[in-house]
Amino acid sequence: MSAVTAAVARQAASPLGAREATALLLYRNFLAYRRAWYIFLTGFLEPVFYLFSIGVGVGQLVTGFEVDGRTIEYAAFVAPGMLAASAMNGTILDATFNFFFKLKYNKLFDQMLATPLTTMDIARGELSWSLLRGGIYSAGFLVVMLLMGLVSSWWAVLVVPAALLIGLAFGGVCMALTTFMRSWQDFELVTLATLPMFLFSATFFPVTAFPTWLRWVVECTPLYRGVVLCRELTTGTVSWASAVSVVYLVVMGVAGLLVVRRRLDRLLLT
Amino acid sequence: MTATDSMIWAQGLRKGFGDVEAVRGIDVDVRRGEAFGFLGPNGAGKSSTMRMVAAVSPISGGELRILGLDPAVDGPEIRARIGVCPQEDTLDTELTVRENLFVYGRYFGLPRKEVRARVDELLEFVQLTEKAGSMVEDLSGGMKRRLTIARSLINRPEVLLLDEPTTGLDPQARHVVWDRLFRLKQQGVTLVLTTHYMDEAEQLTDRLVVMDKGLIVAEGSPLDLIAEHSTREVAELRFGVAQEGDTHEVVARQVEDLADRVEVLPDRLLLYSHDGEETVAKVHERGLEPVATLVRRSTLEDVFLRLTGRTLVD
Amino acid sequence: MAATTPGGAGSPDPARATAPASTLAGALRLLDYWLTVYRRTWKGTIVSSFVTPLLYVVAMGVLLGGFIEGDPAELEGATSYLAFVAPGLVAAQAMTTVIGETTYPVMDMVKWHKVYFGMIAAPLRVGDIMLAHLAFVLFRVALTSAVFLAVMAPFGVFSSVGGVLLAFLVQLLVGLAFATPVYAYAAGAKDESAFNLIFRLGMIPLFLFSGAFFPVANLDAPLELLATITPLWHGVDLTRMLTLGRVDVSAALVHVAYLVVLAALGWRWAARRLQRRLIA
Repeated sequence: MSAVTAAVARQAASPLGAREATALLLYRNFLAYRRAWYIFLTGFLEPVFYLFSIGVGVGQLVTGFEVDGRTIEYAAFVAPGMLAASAMNGTILDATFNFFFKLKYNKLFDQMLATPLTTMDIARGELSWSLLRGGIYSAGFLVVMLLMGLVSSWWAVLVVPAALLIGLAFGGVCMALTTFMRSWQDFELVTLATLPMFLFSATFFPVTAFPTWLRWVVECTPLYRGVVLCRELTTGTVSWASAVSVVYLVVMGVAGLLVVRRRLDRLLLT
Repeated sequence: MTATDSMIWAQGLRKGFGDVEAVRGIDVDVRRGEAFGFLGPNGAGKSSTMRMVAAVSPISGGELRILGLDPAVDGPEIRARIGVCPQEDTLDTELTVRENLFVYGRYFGLPRKEVRARVDELLEFVQLTEKAGSMVEDLSGGMKRRLTIARSLINRPEVLLLDEPTTGLDPQARHVVWDRLFRLKQQGVTLVLTTHYMDEAEQLTDRLVVMDKGLIVAEGSPLDLIAEHSTREVAELRFGVAQEGDTHEVVARQVEDLADRVEVLPDRLLLYSHDGEETVAKVHERGLEPVATLVRRSTLEDVFLRLTGRTLVD
Repeated sequence: MAATTPGGAGSPDPARATAPASTLAGALRLLDYWLTVYRRTWKGTIVSSFVTPLLYVVAMGVLLGGFIEGDPAELEGATSYLAFVAPGLVAAQAMTTVIGETTYPVMDMVKWHKVYFGMIAAPLRVGDIMLAHLAFVLFRVALTSAVFLAVMAPFGVFSSVGGVLLAFLVQLLVGLAFATPVYAYAAGAKDESAFNLIFRLGMIPLFLFSGAFFPVANLDAPLELLATITPLWHGVDLTRMLTLGRVDVSAALVHVAYLVVLAALGWRWAARRLQRRLIA
């Protein structure tokens, strides 16, 4: 009995490696979600519903849809958009509402920091969990697209890492922003920012629908970069221009993570 | 009919939830201006009784009259004339202190102007005037409790029901609440309260019933109950664990004849007698050396222990 | 001295606390409560009530609509996709507003902050409390629908003033048809775990497949049948008839009857469940 506690004490006293800490936090979230598995499952359905409703249902009304001079089935146009948008929405939900709850309400992070875990372990663990979930969803969505015959290139396999990249880009920035929020009222702003991106980032119609100046604005938004990247992959129109989107999203993700680290230290280690 | 001149009158009152019988037939008669208490541990049936008296819980058996009215028929009329301070605060945390009182007053069909005047008066009474504009969330536990009490007074009730009015408060906050309740009592408001704190029951009530497992096991004024079921003083003795065996059980047998009654608690011995100091002296004469001794007056706690063989707070 | 005693028993008091004479009178006593709540929270509802529906109109109706031919044969008689989708979005907005207002907020009243328990301790009855809360929900629906319809008017998608006014009243009915059953569920639910399912498996599929965005005739036959028995489809179809000015009286009566029956059954269920929750 005492031998066991001594062993545990010795283990706990040595700081955890980053990978170990992340695995631990993933395990904690897995335990917490085990009872709410249906939330995990139904989270996958939303983009599928949108694909069937707008892509297929409204798609039947859309005639002669052209993107970059090529006629394309409307559903095949909407599908990668939904995949990218769902990667964004999922991460944002985790990085804002759920993160805020753990930060301010159930004080989960305070409790974690009473152990050898560091603030960076927490940020990394939470983000990893979010990406794991997003990765599973996007792989599932890719299967749906395949079954519906909406994939026309082997490049499409890369759409899962692309979705992870979108998650990383939004996850870091949103966590950073969440550390500045004071009450649930502030979350109206999250909706105010994400809904226009969801609706206008070439998800349901090409940017040619906009006047030129507005088109430029849209092309600079992160979700647009994610949507066109996913679309280039599933339709097999990858080019060097695709690299711009990749670099954009990587820079955004890294910048976000750096801010989160500083902010979490200031908020939690006082 | 006794029911008509009683504030609360119950005979054979029962309450069951499925198979569980929370209240198993009690008789109660509370008179105007009286401060009446239900004393008992958690699960004794006090809160179930209070909810029935508040006319928000149908009775399962027996008879119940509140202000001479039948709660099954006249629930809203009864609730218009009583005040209820529930165990858990049901304040609206999204509103300010003043707004909480104002909107609540409107539930009683009182005109806006009248309610506003009463709100000011009550804020003063519970010493929350400076907090009138604060959100409820920002109040301390004691302040929330005082606000709940103020809210229960907005209709100038003839009877005020208080369910565990100071549970969960720190000692200082408790004394503030007691002081306010004592003033209400002096103003002639009939108080009915439940508590598992014997000091609260002694401080506030004129008469009380001791409840255990859904039944009333004793009734009377605090002093009468103590005189009837306990001795004047109690000596509490604690012995070290160095001695072998069930120390307290063993010692209890050795001192049995020194007191009217001996109770063994997990951590100490209670010796009931008229003169506690004298009893302690005799214990020492026997060559026993308790590590700690305390001589005190008998309380309702002792009455409860005598009647049920258990302590109030466990 | 007696006049200043806050709880003084039997002190002469012209304004006596009384029991309400009727459910309506009881609900009216809660007017100040709901006014106070709304004064404090209205700002937080701007995005969900007014901005969200407009963004959908612009994205779907105007921009995506630019890629859709205005063929009345394909669009249930509408001459543009915008004219087709606008009434659908109005009705869907009534639904989402109501579901949002009758899930978490109701759970809050019966479980988290227990505000209803304070109300029931006053001389109010279960029916009074329900009526007041549902009236507040309908007020929210009325406000968002009125603003939505008014904003859509300059787009030229409505055929007549009378039709729009009737369509406005229909939104109250759609709101009530969703409000009472969801309220009933929330009032009796043990915890909030099923709310996510109501949103994800109820509200979102209804929003997307009940004829708001595309004619249900475009669905496969079994799915079409399924869509036509959902309450939102009845609301969408009725609203669209009125805004397009192509009213089929018998179909309209069926829609109204369906929604009225649903609201009434929901009310009875809600009364039973709330009674059990508050008075046990």
